Amino acid sequence: MNAKRSTLQFLTQLTALLGIVGGAALAPRQNARAQALERESEDFRVLFKQLTNSARVTQERVHVTIPRLADNGHSVPLKVWVDSPQSAEDHVKRLVVLSERNPRPMISSLQFLPTQTRLELSTRIRLNGSQRIWVLAQMSDERWWGQSASVEVTESACLDASL
Amino acid sequence: MTSRIILPANPKVGLKMDIRILIQHPMETGFRYDASGSAMAKNVIKKLSLDLDGLILFSGELGTGTSANPFLQWSVILPKSGWLQLKWEDDEGNSGVERVLCNLSA
Amino acid sequence: MNKQRSIISQGFRGVRLCILYWGLSTTSLNAQVLTGPGAIAPQFMRSGISFASADLRATQADDSLNPAFLWVDQGQVMWKEGSGTGSSAAGINSSAAHPSCASCHHDWQQSMRGVSMKYPRWDPQTSHLINLEGQINACRTQRQHLPALAYESDELLGLTALVSLASRGMVLKRVREPSIDAALARGQLRFETRMGQNNLACLHCHTQNAGQHLGGETISQGQPHAYPAYRLEWQKIGSLQKRLRACLSGVKAQIWAFGSEELMELELYLSFRGEGLPIESPGVRR
Repeated sequence: MNAKRSTLQFLTQLTALLGIVGGAALAPRQNARAQALERESEDFRVLFKQLTNSARVTQERVHVTIPRLADNGHSVPLKVWVDSPQSAEDHVKRLVVLSERNPRPMISSLQFLPTQTRLELSTRIRLNGSQRIWVLAQMSDERWWGQSASVEVTESACLDASL
Repeated sequence: MTSRIILPANPKVGLKMDIRILIQHPMETGFRYDASGSAMAKNVIKKLSLDLDGLILFSGELGTGTSANPFLQWSVILPKSGWLQLKWEDDEGNSGVERVLCNLSA
Repeated sequence: MNKQRSIISQGFRGVRLCILYWGLSTTSLNAQVLTGPGAIAPQFMRSGISFASADLRATQADDSLNPAFLWVDQGQVMWKEGSGTGSSAAGINSSAAHPSCASCHHDWQQSMRGVSMKYPRWDPQTSHLINLEGQINACRTQRQHLPALAYESDELLGLTALVSLASRGMVLKRVREPSIDAALARGQLRFETRMGQNNLACLHCHTQNAGQHLGGETISQGQPHAYPAYRLEWQKIGSLQKRLRACLSGVKAQIWAFGSEELMELELYLSFRGEGLPIESPGVRR
C-alpha cells in the first residue's frame, strides 16, 4: 500500500515537474508571438514618424469611410475624401494609407493631379485582423492632415482549406 | 492579366467625373503557402499611373495591403478629351498597359 | 339499370386509375424534390446577395465595380480567338483547324442565352452528368481540337463567366427529364446526409439555419444561381464546385475532386432546388 502511494506521489510530482518545465519551454514561444505583435505596431509607429518627419498631424480635413465590421479581411472597401480646393496652390501632394497591424504597415501612397475638384478616393484594402487604419494627406504646404478608423476583421466562419 | 479603365457614359467638359481602374492581379503577399508547403513568392503591383496623352493624372505605389485585383476610383475634372493610358508594373517585372479613348462632350 | 358494370366501363375505370396512379407518382417525385427536407418553399427562396452587406450588394450591382468582369473580359477574348495563341487576332473565321467559339456560336449574348441553366445535364455519349465546364471542354477537344482547360484556370473561368452572364436576369428553370432522375435522387440524398467530422448535412446549415449566424457571418441558403462568383475569400472568381469543396472543407469532410460524380450530382440537385431565383452570374460573395 505504502509502495503504491509513494509511486503515485512520485508520478504526480514528475508530471508536475514536466508540466512546469514544459510550460517554461513554451513560454518563450508565446512571448515571441506577443513580441511579434508588438513589433508590428512598432513598425507602424516608426513608419508614421519617418513619413511625417515627426511633424504634427492634424485630425481634420481628411474623411474616412470604412465598414465597422469587414466582410472579409482580404477586401475591405475604403472611401476617403479630402477637404481641399485641389488648386495648384493648395492641394493634396500625397495620400498615404497606413495599417497599424499589417505585417507591412504601408498600404499605399498615391498622388493626384489637382483638377479643381474635391478629391474623393475609393479602393479596397487588405487587413490582417482587427485594427485601426490611418489615412494621411500631405498638402502642398508640406503640412500633414489625417484621420483614422477602426475596423473589426473576423476569421471566415467556415474555413476553406480546399485550395 | 486584363485590366479595365471605366469612365462614365457621357463625360462632359468641365464636369467632375469618377475614373475607375480595375486590374487583374493576385497581389501575392509572400505570406501564403501552396499545397506542397512552399512559400509563394511576393509579387504585387508596386507602381501604377494613369495619364491623359502624357499628362499624369494619377500615380501610386501599392503594397501587399492593397486587395487582389486592385481597384481604385477617384474624382477628377479632365482638362480635355484624349487617350487615357494605364500603366502598371509588378515585383516580378511584369507590366501592363491599357488604353481607352475619352471623348468629352460640351 | 344493370348495376353490374360492363367490361368496357370497367376497362375505362382501370385506365382512369392508371392515369391517376401515374399522375400521383410523377407529382410525388416532383414533390420529393421540391418538398424534401432540404428544399425551401418558393415563397422563402432568397438569393445569397440578400444576406450580404450593403458594400457587397453594391459591388455586385455595378459591373464596373465587380472584379468578376475581369474574367468576363478574358472570356470575350477567348470566345473570339478560340485557339488562344492570338495568331488569328480578332477574326471570327479563325483557322479551320481550330475554329473559335464565335465561328459556330457567333454573338454570345444571343446564342448563349439560357444555356448555362441547362447544366448539369445527362450526356448520352458518356452516360454521365456533364456540367458547363465539361461542355466547354467537350467543345474544345472535339470541335476545336484544342486541349481541355483545367478547373479553376483563368481561361475556363473566363468562358464560364461569359456564358453564365448571357443568362443573367433570367429565372432559373430546369426541365425534368427521366434520364437525370437517378442522379437527381442521389444528389438530393447527398444534400440530406450528414458528413465529415462536424457530422453535418448541407440542409442543417442551408435549409434549417439559413438566416442565422455562424461566427460573424449570416448563413445563406446555399443557392447556385450566382456562380461562377467572385469570392472575397478566394480573391478571385471561382466555380460552384469550388464553393462546394470549400463547404466540404468547412465540415471537415473528404473533399470530392473537381468533376467527380459526387459534386456533379450535388450541382444537379442544387440547380433544381434553386429554381425560381434569377441568375446573377457572375456574382460577388464573401
